[in-house]
This record gives sequence, C-alpha cells and structure tokens, in this order.
Amino acid sequence: MKKFAYILALMLLAALPVVSSEEGELINGTVNRPVNGLVAEQNGAVNEPVSELIGASAGDLVSASVSGLANEPVDEPLDVKGIIFEHLKDSYHWHIITIGKREISLQLPVILYSRVSGWHLFMSGKLNENGSYKNFYITDEGAHAGKLMEILPDGTELKPLDLSFTKVAFGALINSLLLCVIVMFTARWYRHHKSTDPAPKGFVGLMEFLVAMLMDDVIKPSVGKEYRRYAPLLLTIFFFILLSNLMGLIPLFPAGANVTGNIAVTLFLALITFFTVNLFGSREYWREILWPDVPVFLKAPVPLLPIIEIVGIFTKPFALTVRLFANITAGHAIILSLTCVIFITAKMGPVIGTPMTLLSLFFMIFMNFVELIVAYVQAYVFTMLSAVFIGLSRPEHERHNNGEAKVEAAGNNCESHQTKNEITIQNINKLN
Amino acid sequence: MMLATFLQAAIGAALGNTGVAFAAAIAVFGAAFGLGRIGQSAMESIARQPQAAADIRGSMILIGAFMEGVSLLAVIVCLLALYA
Repeated sequence: MKKFAYILALMLLAALPVVSSEEGELINGTVNRPVNGLVAEQNGAVNEPVSELIGASAGDLVSASVSGLANEPVDEPLDVKGIIFEHLKDSYHWHIITIGKREISLQLPVILYSRVSGWHLFMSGKLNENGSYKNFYITDEGAHAGKLMEILPDGTELKPLDLSFTKVAFGALINSLLLCVIVMFTARWYRHHKSTDPAPKGFVGLMEFLVAMLMDDVIKPSVGKEYRRYAPLLLTIFFFILLSNLMGLIPLFPAGANVTGNIAVTLFLALITFFTVNLFGSREYWREILWPDVPVFLKAPVPLLPIIEIVGIFTKPFALTVRLFANITAGHAIILSLTCVIFITAKMGPVIGTPMTLLSLFFMIFMNFVELIVAYVQAYVFTMLSAVFIGLSRPEHERHNNGEAKVEAAGNNCESHQTKNEITIQNINKLN
Repeated sequence: MMLATFLQAAIGAALGNTGVAFAAAIAVFGAAFGLGRIGQSAMESIARQPQAAADIRGSMILIGAFMEGVSLLAVIVCLLALYA
C-alpha cells in the first residue's frame, strides 16, 4: 500500500511540468494570441496604473491578463518548437500559472536606453499583448527575435541598450539569496559547536560531506599550497552551479528559471575563472606561455608554440562555458520534448495515446533522475577544471638544481619529491 | 530528366537541414564510440582489481562528462547552423 502511494506521488510529480505550462498552448495547440481589439480593453481594465515604476503599487506587479479566445481551434498542430524554446529562453515577465483562461505572471522591470529617446524604465506588464509600449515592440523574426526593438517614426528599427531585469536575472538573484541562506545556516552550526564535538547530522552533515569531499579531492591536490586563498571562490562556484541546476529542474514559482542554461550566465562563470587564472598567474606561468622551454625553432622567428598557448588561454574558458550550457539545455529540452510527446500522441486517439503517455511518463521520470546526476557532475567538473587551471597558473617549484629541469605542477609536495637517482641511492643505503 | 528535376527540387528544399542532421549524427557517433571505450577499460580495470571499483567508477563518470561536453559542443554548432 505504501509503495503504491509512492508511485502515485511520483506520477503526480512528473505531471507537474504539464500542469505548470500554459494551458492554452498545450491543450489547444497554439499559444494564445488574442485579437488586439478584444483583449486590449480587457487588459486596460486589469492593468490599472499608468504611472511608471516609481509609483507602482503591489497590485500591478502580478498581472492577471485574460488571454485566449473562446473559439480557439482545437485541431491545430502543436507548436513543439515554440513551447520548448519558450521554456529555454529568457523573457521579460515570469509566467507563473494559467488558471483556466487567466494567465498569471510576474512582471519584471524593463530598463532600456535608446540613443534617440533616452532612458526608459517600466514594468513589463505595460507591454500589451502584442508586445508594444511607446515606440518599443518585441520583434518576432530577424537577428534579435524575441527582444525589444525601437521603431522610429520614419520606420527604421533600432536596437536599444537593453539592461532589463529579465527572468534569468531574477532567477539568478533568487538562487544567490537562497545560497546565502543555506550557507549561513550551515556556518551557524559550526559557530555553536566546538571542533571536538561529534560530526553534524542531517542537512549540515550533507553540506560538510560535500565541502570536505571538494576540499580533499579537488581543491587541495589541484591548487596546491595556496588553496585557502582560492577555496572560497571554488566552493562558491560549485554550490551556485549545483543549486542553479537543481532549481532549473523544479517547475514551480521561485525555482524554474533556466539560469545555467543561459549562455550569458555560464560565460560569466567562465570569465571568473579566466580572470582568476590570468590576472593572478605567476611570472612562471606567463613565461611558460610566451617563451616556453622548447627548441628555439618553435619559438622564433615564427612563434608557433606561443600562439598555440595563447589560443589555449581562450579555449579553456570557452569549453567551460559551452559544456555547462549545452548539458543543462539539452537536459531541459529532452524533458520538454517528452512532455510534448504526451500531447501529440493524445490527439491521435486513445489506442496510441495511452501507451505512449505511460512510456513518456516513465521515460520523463528517468530523465529527471539523470538530470539530477548531470546537475551534480557538471558542477563538479566545472569546479575541478577551475581548480586545475588555477593551480597550473601558479606553479610552485621551478628547476631542481640537480640538473633535472622539471617545473612541478602545484600539486606535488616538494618535500616528498625525489628523483629516481635519489630514491635508488636511498634504497641502496637502506639495504646496507 | 525526371531525376534531374527531382534532385533540383531536393537541393533547394532543405539541404542545409539535412547536412545539420548528418553532422549531429556523426558527433553522437563519435561520442558513443568514446564512451564505449571508457566503459570497456573501466570494466576491465574493475575486473582486475575489484577493491579499486569505487575510484574507477568515479573517474569513469568524470571522463564521461568531458566526452559529453565535447559532443554537445558539436550539437550547439548544429543548432546554430539550423536556427541562425
């Protein structure tokens, strides 16, 4: 009986992505694009304030717009690509739930600077259903599809400087605040207990396990002697990526923003590593890049190896960016596609629909578990590579003066390093 | 004659998309081959030394993540070619 309850709970949990997406698009097959005249006045009635952000009241932060027509055609094909891209991409508002025909979404500030008309600051609810406010409207095609463009009176389009606080930015902020709360809660345990107390249990025990594992297996061996200086950075990167990946899998409100699946976010995380490695790299590190210890014909007159090394400086953060972005986006796309499969096959009748629904359901549950593993592994890989790069940028030991010119990576403990000759001599001495 | 016109139509139609699909398939093939090699050597190593199974499993998962990263790089390029 208990097992049955667990299975039922799992199935309800897997149905959450279905429930939380816009009912209009999944049941009726298209995203509701209402007729301008009909809904504009209804929108006008609901979105009351005309003042800008300064005078905004709490009532217009959550806009409940009546979307959809009564005579929506039911047999239009499902816009799978549109659904998937809408969930993967950024947007100017945060859609929370659609109850019946009402779509409830959180409005977010739109901050624009246009060379022609100056600064603009307004909540995204001011954008009507067809997405326009003053001279700005959301384009549908072209290089800047989905973003706000300004249309001047003479018809030309101009892209303004868009500093809006979009869904991904808001999601990253929520994740950061949640991370602060979690870490401070964990740190509080250590303030109230002595170091001789038994190990913590529960959530604090889990955090201790993760931090200890990272420190012992990743940070100390890779970064070397100065690990204490870089440990906070690397641990923050790990926990932020892990938390953002996990939050991206939960479809309910404060979670659900596709933070690490946005290439700007992962690019920024990789840039942190890039600047840490290159700004704090030791002279030895730069010497190895620009004038490495190789035969002269590779260095001059044509600096072949230095050019390869300089390209390598940029490809490493690029690989970090794309690895994290692609893994997370691919996972989300797979789960969304499986959800859409249910609705595509449901239209084909119950004979095909029922087994495909069950198949898709179990496969979706399985993919969600795979995504949990991927979330942890990607955070671990990012942190490990960052630690290795930081360690390589500050190598500790230079040439040994017994003629063995070996630049050690920072991981080796110099006291325990011995050349083969020294080890052999020691063994011979021990035998005697 | 008919073949020529048919080919003409096919070329105009969606050759770009076909090429992208082939590229993604080749990338996945490379990744599958590499992951198979990782799995093979992991199995053999665990069979030789069962007490090191935990370490080997951890390394295997890690190297698998790197492989997936490379193949997903190719998938990103394909998506760019398809939609941009």
